[in-house]
Amino acid sequence: MSVKQPFERVVVAHGPTVLRVCRAVLGAADAEDAWSETFLSALRAYPDLPADANVEAWLVTIAHRKSIDVVRRAARQAVPVADVPDRPAAHDGRDLDLWAAVAALPEKQRHVVAYHHLGGLPYDDVAALLGGTAAAARRAGADGIATLRTTYPDIDGGRR
Amino acid sequence: MNDETPAALLAEIALDDVARLHADLVRRANDLVDVAYRTLDTPVGPLLLARTAQGLVRVAFAVQDHDAVLQALSDDISPRVLEAPHRLDDVARELDEYFAGRRRTFDVPLDLRLLHGFRRVVVEHLPDIAYGRTESYADMAHRAGSPKAVRAVGTACALNPLPLVLPCHRVVRSDGSPGQYAGGTEAKRRLLALETGALAA
Repeated sequence: MSVKQPFERVVVAHGPTVLRVCRAVLGAADAEDAWSETFLSALRAYPDLPADANVEAWLVTIAHRKSIDVVRRAARQAVPVADVPDRPAAHDGRDLDLWAAVAALPEKQRHVVAYHHLGGLPYDDVAALLGGTAAAARRAGADGIATLRTTYPDIDGGRR
Repeated sequence: MNDETPAALLAEIALDDVARLHADLVRRANDLVDVAYRTLDTPVGPLLLARTAQGLVRVAFAVQDHDAVLQALSDDISPRVLEAPHRLDDVARELDEYFAGRRRTFDVPLDLRLLHGFRRVVVEHLPDIAYGRTESYADMAHRAGSPKAVRAVGTACALNPLPLVLPCHRVVRSDGSPGQYAGGTEAKRRLLALETGALAA
């Protein structure tokens, strides 16, 4: 029988994964907003989640919805400016190139990399989230990773 | 995670980032947190302190296994449990004062929802024993209105969800020896010494 853990343990266990997913989908600047919205929403709904649910998959699905909200909100608030401001640097500068390389991927590829490779969602679930077939999601993901290997050659090095 | 995921994508997320996001979550969660907790270092070891919207609901010693206690709170009250130290600042301050010998009673609101029946009756009478005094389990059975229920008083003290604040350490054996304690006999001895001023500085 599964036991539902205190929510604190959910944050500790899955917080880093959800942050990676949000960074891949939105970039470093907006990722934290989506992370907070994801865990607030999860905290609200947590008592009703079945004890045997896959908590990480549930969180990644919420992160996807919250990321869409963040993008929509940003679009509504967008004000035309003469000069496009520089991308805000990741605050410690680390892995900036990596997330820039991820950001440069076509949207579908970026989303599959975020939800499957970082979030651990099976391709079937990714397809249900993004539309299309599992096979198409698998191809998009493979294309995305292949592109990253050329745009960010250190990708297999596990730089810290 | 996936075996096929390139290593750099799984680079460690900085602990600072997660800690900052966690603090922000606690701040924004407000009424969504049903059980807030923190730990406090004390002369009797780290204590787990947990509160609900009503008040302090649980104090636990390290030997009681804080993870297990949190799981029980999650099961019995709500799984919306978050580490939120600032929500227990008042409790921590009063306990610090108590251990420094500057406080004899506690003023924080209490939530007694984990107590039922005779156990509740016994525990509610614990503050009747003044600071620095002790009573026997038999005395407590009298106070609780069931003079023969000496063993049940022992059980109620052992399972007291709010030790220290509701002073079950002041209930001792009729021969004056400390007897059992949820935090261990040594902790009980130390608390009694603190309250009688017998503790070496």
